[in-house]
Amino acid sequence: MANIFHVVVCASTVPDPLQTLEPVAGASGPGLKNEMMLPAVLDPWAASALYEAANLVAKHPGSKVWLVSLGPKAKVQQVMMTVAQKVPFELVAVDGPLGGFTDAHSTAAALAETIAAIPGLDRERLLLFGGWESASRGAGATMQMVGERLGVTDQFQGVDQIAVNDDGSFEVLERVEGGKHQASLCAGAPAVLGWATGNLAEPRNNPQVGMANMRGVMPALQKAKSVKLDANGLSYVSVSLPKQQRVTRVVRDVPEDEIAREIVQWIAE
Amino acid sequence: MEKILVLTHVDESGAELTRASLEAVAAGVEMAEALSASLAIGVVGAQGASAAQQLGGIKARVLTVSGEEFSCARYASDTAACEALVKAAEATLVFAPASSRFARVMPGVAYRLGGFVETHITALAKSDGLEATRWFYRQRIEAVVKRETRPWFLLLEAGTRAAFVGSGAVPEVETMAVTLPALRTKVIGVRAPKQGEQTIRPDAKILFVAGAGWTKKQADGQVHSAEAETLILGFLKAVDASLGSSKSLVDQSGENQTVLKFMTHMNQIGQTGATPRHPKGLSTCCHGEEPHVVGWRFINERRAISLDPNCGWARGKADVLYVADAFGVMAKVNALLTAGK
Repeated sequence: MANIFHVVVCASTVPDPLQTLEPVAGASGPGLKNEMMLPAVLDPWAASALYEAANLVAKHPGSKVWLVSLGPKAKVQQVMMTVAQKVPFELVAVDGPLGGFTDAHSTAAALAETIAAIPGLDRERLLLFGGWESASRGAGATMQMVGERLGVTDQFQGVDQIAVNDDGSFEVLERVEGGKHQASLCAGAPAVLGWATGNLAEPRNNPQVGMANMRGVMPALQKAKSVKLDANGLSYVSVSLPKQQRVTRVVRDVPEDEIAREIVQWIAE
Repeated sequence: MEKILVLTHVDESGAELTRASLEAVAAGVEMAEALSASLAIGVVGAQGASAAQQLGGIKARVLTVSGEEFSCARYASDTAACEALVKAAEATLVFAPASSRFARVMPGVAYRLGGFVETHITALAKSDGLEATRWFYRQRIEAVVKRETRPWFLLLEAGTRAAFVGSGAVPEVETMAVTLPALRTKVIGVRAPKQGEQTIRPDAKILFVAGAGWTKKQADGQVHSAEAETLILGFLKAVDASLGSSKSLVDQSGENQTVLKFMTHMNQIGQTGATPRHPKGLSTCCHGEEPHVVGWRFINERRAISLDPNCGWARGKADVLYVADAFGVMAKVNALLTAGK
């Protein structure tokens, strides 16, 4: 019997990592200076999850990928211009606040409610993908709570590999301490997989995929539901940039022997 | 009055608590005193009662969930165990190590118990109640947070405080019974990276990071990846260093470019990689740009070797930048290390 998976990938947008970030106090809590102006990218670990989802679906005909993204519609639209050219998916947009200072519990609630309402989604075939952490809040907590809210209690975090067996069961490799992987065998969907980097390179842009995706992106953005995220009693005492700026000693025009001796001495100290 | 519960788990031996667990216990002892709170310790593992022997002299209630089902890290069994321990302790504050085992389950446990969770905590302090410090945006912004709502779960980063050292009478251990759901996941085992020799050593005194420059054409117009492998592995072996990598280097393996055979995404440091803790770090053939350097937040002393005097390392990211050819320097470093042994 063919294994059909309904893969839902949760992925937010984050500031391009090359941008300078500066925290500012806002009316509703901390944020980033010029946050809406910063160029954005799809969250890197969630992007790994998306590429792995597309790879998995391609191997199992009848399967499908939904990309659920919570953020300001303008930001999601900007990021989709690039991401939509990578792999096939159906976008489900949720119009909500941007940034890493929002509460993971409220985010999880909004995502779970959105996923539960996806038309045609078979929860028995559900594989809930996402990054094991975001590059903004970086809590590593949202996916687990989305899973709990959807009643999915086979969960894996720091995933680098999934291998599906003929009977629908699958083996998962999760990162554990010391540069090792824990291997587990799950009986099958439904399950939550929070991805680390996986093993796939970023797909090249494919204009045909882009055109097919974009037919659904704009309608999805237009019908995106607006959500407000409660703080749930979370407050920020302070938000600041690290003050450490090292005074770098630049050593140049020095023979390699001398540099090597200095490094060896430093290691021994 | 706050009720603090420290959740701990055993290591691979099954009979001893992990170091990160003992660090969490130390945090619990400290904050219980600071907040005038009661303290309980929860232990999860196949031989939880045996592991609890390490808690000698502690003034706390000690609870365990033991049994073969808890010998391995699995979401369904670990959430059930932690849920039972938090309920039994009636905890308002729950501390736990940010290990892969507990990071996987604690948000789910918090949700089940109507609580809230903060992760990657690097410091705790008492002010007007408990305050926790953590990083946002991949170690680029630091914040101090607090919560009014309870129970509040806090996952504490390893290596941020001294571990608890037990001495004195071993406390009485209460064993909790846990009813498990049907388990659909079977843990098969732990696997080291396929590429042979283990290059990731969390306890190493020095982190050696290799950038993509090691696999680029050198002055003679040729790629010297075999020589690069020999030099890097030679250094790792000579000083028991841990190996890190820039994203660009590990990505090459997926793009069919020249690669270093022992390098995997597990070695990656930075924006989409690890943020390890080591006393010293030496970067080679890497530009030191921000997405890479955010992974160096917890490396105390930093030195870099790069041919570019204007690279990111020169702009306040490293203590010392050697403007030199890493191939030449590392060959001589290895020779000196070998001669010195």
